Amino acid sequence: MSGGHSTYSPKTGIGRWFDARLPLPRLVHDSFVSYPVPRNLNYAYTFGGILSLMLVVQIVTGIVLAMHYAASTELAFDSVEKIMRDVNSGWLIRYLHANGASMFFIAVYIHIFRGLYYGSYKAPRELLWILGVIIYLLMMATAFMGYVLPWGQMSFWGATVITGFFTAIPLVGEWIQTLLLGGFAVDNPTLNRFFSLHYLLPFMIAGVVVLHVWALHVTGQTNPTGIEVKSKTDTVAFTPYATIKDGFAMIVFLAMFAYFVFYIPNYLGHADNYIPADPLKTPAHIVPEWYFLPFYAILRAITFNIGPIDSKLGGVLAMFGAIAVLFFVPWLDTSKVRSAVYRPWYKLFFWLFLVNAVFLGWLGSRPAEGWYIPAMQVSTLFYFAFFLVVMPILGLIETPRRLPNSITEAVLEKNKGSGTAHPTGATASPETKG
Amino acid sequence: MSANESTEHNRRDFLYIATAMTGVVGAGAVVWPFIDQMRPDASTLALATVEVDVSAIEPGMSVTAKWRGKPIFIRNRTDAEIEEAKSVSVDQLPDQLARNENLGADAPASDLERSAGEGKENWIVMIGSCTHLGCVPLGQAGDFGGWFCPCHGSHYDTAGRIRSGPAPENLHIPNYEFISDTVIRIG
Amino acid sequence: MNSFIKGFAALGIALGAAHAVQAAEYPLVKPVEQDWSFAGPFGTYERSQLQRGLKVYREGCAACHGLERVSFRTLEALGYSEAQVRALAAEYEVEDGPDSSGEMFTRPAIPSDHFPSPFPNAAAAAAANNGAAPPDLSLIAKARAVERGFPTFVFDIFTQYAESGPDYIYSLLTGYQDAPEGYNQQPGTYYNPHFIAGTSLSMPDPISDGQITYDDGAPETQDQYAHDVAAFLMWTAEPHLEARKRMGFNVMIFLVLFGGLVYLTKRKVWGGVDH
Repeated sequence: MSGGHSTYSPKTGIGRWFDARLPLPRLVHDSFVSYPVPRNLNYAYTFGGILSLMLVVQIVTGIVLAMHYAASTELAFDSVEKIMRDVNSGWLIRYLHANGASMFFIAVYIHIFRGLYYGSYKAPRELLWILGVIIYLLMMATAFMGYVLPWGQMSFWGATVITGFFTAIPLVGEWIQTLLLGGFAVDNPTLNRFFSLHYLLPFMIAGVVVLHVWALHVTGQTNPTGIEVKSKTDTVAFTPYATIKDGFAMIVFLAMFAYFVFYIPNYLGHADNYIPADPLKTPAHIVPEWYFLPFYAILRAITFNIGPIDSKLGGVLAMFGAIAVLFFVPWLDTSKVRSAVYRPWYKLFFWLFLVNAVFLGWLGSRPAEGWYIPAMQVSTLFYFAFFLVVMPILGLIETPRRLPNSITEAVLEKNKGSGTAHPTGATASPETKG
Repeated sequence: MSANESTEHNRRDFLYIATAMTGVVGAGAVVWPFIDQMRPDASTLALATVEVDVSAIEPGMSVTAKWRGKPIFIRNRTDAEIEEAKSVSVDQLPDQLARNENLGADAPASDLERSAGEGKENWIVMIGSCTHLGCVPLGQAGDFGGWFCPCHGSHYDTAGRIRSGPAPENLHIPNYEFISDTVIRIG
Repeated sequence: MNSFIKGFAALGIALGAAHAVQAAEYPLVKPVEQDWSFAGPFGTYERSQLQRGLKVYREGCAACHGLERVSFRTLEALGYSEAQVRALAAEYEVEDGPDSSGEMFTRPAIPSDHFPSPFPNAAAAAAANNGAAPPDLSLIAKARAVERGFPTFVFDIFTQYAESGPDYIYSLLTGYQDAPEGYNQQPGTYYNPHFIAGTSLSMPDPISDGQITYDDGAPETQDQYAHDVAAFLMWTAEPHLEARKRMGFNVMIFLVLFGGLVYLTKRKVWGGVDH
């Protein structure tokens, strides 16, 4: 996968025999052993590895849950309770899966914001970014359908509301909703197809992840300086340097995950989902899982008609637009400088954007009434303005700070400041194989 | 290499090995629940005993109960059937063991050891699952008047012992007891 | 540490915590937080309390509320012997069948049976209770959570507050009072400012002082009954809580140890490299 030529040379006869027929060990070696990574990557860059781990956790726990789950409106809720009560270690596996979804999103949000901060989407990494947004979309679809499966009150009404988005589409909306539901309301056919797709989508995510990693290994990683790798001294070998650092970050992340699973397993869930679905009774307040809340706020911010577009369609368009705009980020940002480290104004707006996104999330959990509505509207406006106004204009008018000439220079400069400089000779040693 | 460097080297190797070993232990501990969950769950185990009322079963009648998802043949045998089973010498049988969970593993396949025992020789209780590949044999059929498995042609006699066909063993007898004169508890 | 990571760490708490919560209006009075033996990282159920709670359920709640997800065999976790569980189960009649003539019949329950519900179905339950079907209580301690509000819900992560269900049950059971002056009381409803979905509910005050006799000398007060039944209902909702917390402790110890080793290894590996 790596762009450069391979450094793999099998030492044993079996190794050479294998390499001549199926060079899989060579691929692994070139991609995850000798592959050069910038030496100045910080812990924000470990979330790609953490996300791969979480995908595996979700697939493995999910396959196990599917051994005990029954996708039928009559049985779904009971089968989940049977997992929680009777299946050996069932409570553990179900709590891992349910909280794992939240952890997956925590990791993906840090990963996305890291990309926005360090300008990881800029040329030549546009496709890498777009593949990432596709993974994010698939994750949202998977999470939404997974939340329906326990067939609690929030499962049912969440599915009703979200499939209801499609009725906002003029002319064909109702038809599309009926097509998705397999009936006139959320019912057994809906549950069955959601279960099927919920099982399928993670494997599609895994496929896109392969493309994502491939694209990454073609262009190489960015790094906090945003300056491309220029010489061997700018990089270290993936193994052991990046592997051990990723490994440490994974363990810290798993500790947080375990804390939720073992001590507050229901904190991130909604109590109403422990009530079996009742098609005749809507809960007082329907809220999606926390990771959808910012988009839910954007949906409800549009309370007015815009010309021929009524507020219902407007809300749905704004919500989908909030995700769609991410696809265009590589071209919306006009700055020549990649990393926010050297862009004082962009850095300020980045943090404002992050605070605004969290605020939108909180608003998403509030009822659409009182001052919440104008707050949602202002927040939504800023969300879009960041991408559509700030990004293009700032790149043209902002004066960036002086950039170092290379990664090595930036590292040495930083360490000179903290007084722990090593002789330059030592820094060149790691990458001798290349 | 100086002594100092060598100590440093050993210390580093020890750290690497300790870390790797801990990782392996952790991975092993994670794997266990994923295997453990495949064992029968608590509600399945709770159904491991059933009670059957046999008061209405006259000689020559059978009843099929369900235990652990398998059929249990309970038959009140006629005197003729008992006599026929007794007339066969154990050393002529393909499988000379009783296969009776209530007795030792080496109990012989005599009619008494296959039945519910002294005084209840008319009762026979068996798992209705052919010892060949698990089909359910038909009752009072086959060349020996006992059970006949239509899947692959195994013939059992009136004591449920394999007499001809591919099945290697006599029909298995589960743990059971008469908790009163008319109620059998299986399991 | 660079500013990206620092900034993110500061916001992480709020980001992770911005989760689904219920709207603000009800209950008028928030649940009163109680001390529970099962709270905290080393929490365990108190067996005698669960046994008393079962008694309160059977004598005070079971006439209207089911407990259909709980099987008798699991009551051994309350400290009963197998024989005691068998005897307790036999006090209930459950429907079984069909028999050989195709008829359904009732028989005494055995340990593998579940608590029979007081009504055959939700419609019958509603019809017998002025249209408001009493909910099944198996999961009630996890199905009721009153909004905690900002910033309490952030602190809840660190204090491991996961007892909102029992707190709510306790507060509701002890919260009945006379409606304030001028309150428009609907007939067949009872005023309770702790009720999660309004100011009055269809359930009258279910237990009062001295109503249930305890064998173990615990005070026979409404307050004690409410505590005991709330603890019992937490157990019915989360029977593996103790195993979970016990395993959690082992897992956390392991992760800290392993994390420490990996960190030292990481330091060694990166030792000669500026980064």
